[in-house]
Amino acid sequence: MPVTTTEVLPIRTSDDVVRVRQAVRVRAVGIGLGLVDQTKIITAASELARNTLDYGGGGEVRLDVMQEGARRGLRLSFVDQGPGIPDIARALTDHYTTGGGLGLGLGGAKRLSNEFHIESTPGVGTRVTIARWK
Amino acid sequence: MAVDGTAALTQTVAAEEAGIRAAWLALLKAGGSLQTGRIREAELDTQARTVLEQLRDGLAAAGTDVRADAYAALRDTLSEISRSRAIQGFTPTDTANFVFSLKEPVFAAIDRTHGGDPAAATGGTWAASHLLDALGLHTMEVFLAGREEVIGRQGQEIAELSTPVVRLWDGILALPLIGTLDSARTGVVMENLLQAIVDEEAEIAIIDITGVPTVDTLVAQHLLKAIAAARLMGADCIVSGIRPQIAQTMVHLGVELNVVSKSTLADAFALALKRTGRIVTRRQSALSPTAS
Ligand SMILES: Nc1ncnc2c1ncn2[C@@H]1O[C@H](COP(=O)(O)OP(=O)(O)O)[C@@H](O)[C@H]1O
Ligand SMILES: [Mg+2]
Repeated sequence: MPVTTTEVLPIRTSDDVVRVRQAVRVRAVGIGLGLVDQTKIITAASELARNTLDYGGGGEVRLDVMQEGARRGLRLSFVDQGPGIPDIARALTDHYTTGGGLGLGLGGAKRLSNEFHIESTPGVGTRVTIARWK
Repeated sequence: MAVDGTAALTQTVAAEEAGIRAAWLALLKAGGSLQTGRIREAELDTQARTVLEQLRDGLAAAGTDVRADAYAALRDTLSEISRSRAIQGFTPTDTANFVFSLKEPVFAAIDRTHGGDPAAATGGTWAASHLLDALGLHTMEVFLAGREEVIGRQGQEIAELSTPVVRLWDGILALPLIGTLDSARTGVVMENLLQAIVDEEAEIAIIDITGVPTVDTLVAQHLLKAIAAARLMGADCIVSGIRPQIAQTMVHLGVELNVVSKSTLADAFALALKRTGRIVTRRQSALSPTAS
């Protein structure tokens, strides 16, 4: 899938999570997403960035603007080298949390995105990729 | 006697300092440096005086090498001016012009002191140009760095804006939340709300989230905790300002606040008044025609 623009941002602090949301907003507006879709992908990004920070021990996000014919999309990949997720299905279950959260972030991010992909290896790290198309 | 350009400039600035300053200030004022009221006349005078004195000292000690230690004081002064101007909202052009507009008075002064010696005058002018360009660029760089600092701090302020609890009526409080809620301040904001509920013996607390750009599960968790704690203290919460796109996103997240919500703070206030047994009606105007 042709990628027209790529940007990589660090996720090391709580302020970085704010910056990730701002960058995703800029990209979402840039590909012409409407207000509802903007809000969806920004919120999903916020969830995943915070997981990268809180559970993955920090990492980074890669923002790809994609063009497929006349269709434009935004793909976000959150990567960390943290402890990984031993049971992905369980982590995706609503209300499951190991950190005193609401346990709705991963599942919510999935529901808020057009595409959702998660790879995680215990002891190696986690990569969550989402995409939203116009 | 042959005079080189740097020497000509050094002599000129030392001998003509007062004249240069007067002409420079006139140019700055004509250029609108004072117009916007962002800077006082006395402040501008002091800045011009300091810059020229330090320029004179720098020239005497190190010629036109602005990176030399002898120029450290001038560089600092310009940095300070530049930074404060960035904060005062001047444009980069305004700030660079502060230095560049010194050229004309200096050139004129060189003409006065070395007019009879064309080689020295040309050399002096060239040295002045070179020196002031270097100083102008330094100012620009600091200005840009200052700008970034301002932007960075604005981000910080938005993230950490303290949110006051507003007493709308006897027993009715409002907490208008603005900015991101995932900073450490959120805890403080919620504590303030609970304290105010106790102090005011509030029956109803309106949490307005119109100014919250993103409601994710962390924000929702903060809200849920505040609502639960308020309830324990005997106050009911109303959440207002949930924009439609945020309501939709909350549904996808699976978050439920389980409180009454109103689209605006005004609607929430009206409901709060009603719930506490009050009605608001428009007063019948004495002048309005009465139906007969
Ligand atoms: N990047 C990650 N690395 C390790 N574990 C993770 C990561 N992301 C999510 N998890 C695990 O999945 C659980 C569910 O995540 P989530 O649905 O976002 O809920 P919450 O953040 O509220 O705990 C987390 O509690 C955590 O155990
Ligand atoms: Mg989470």
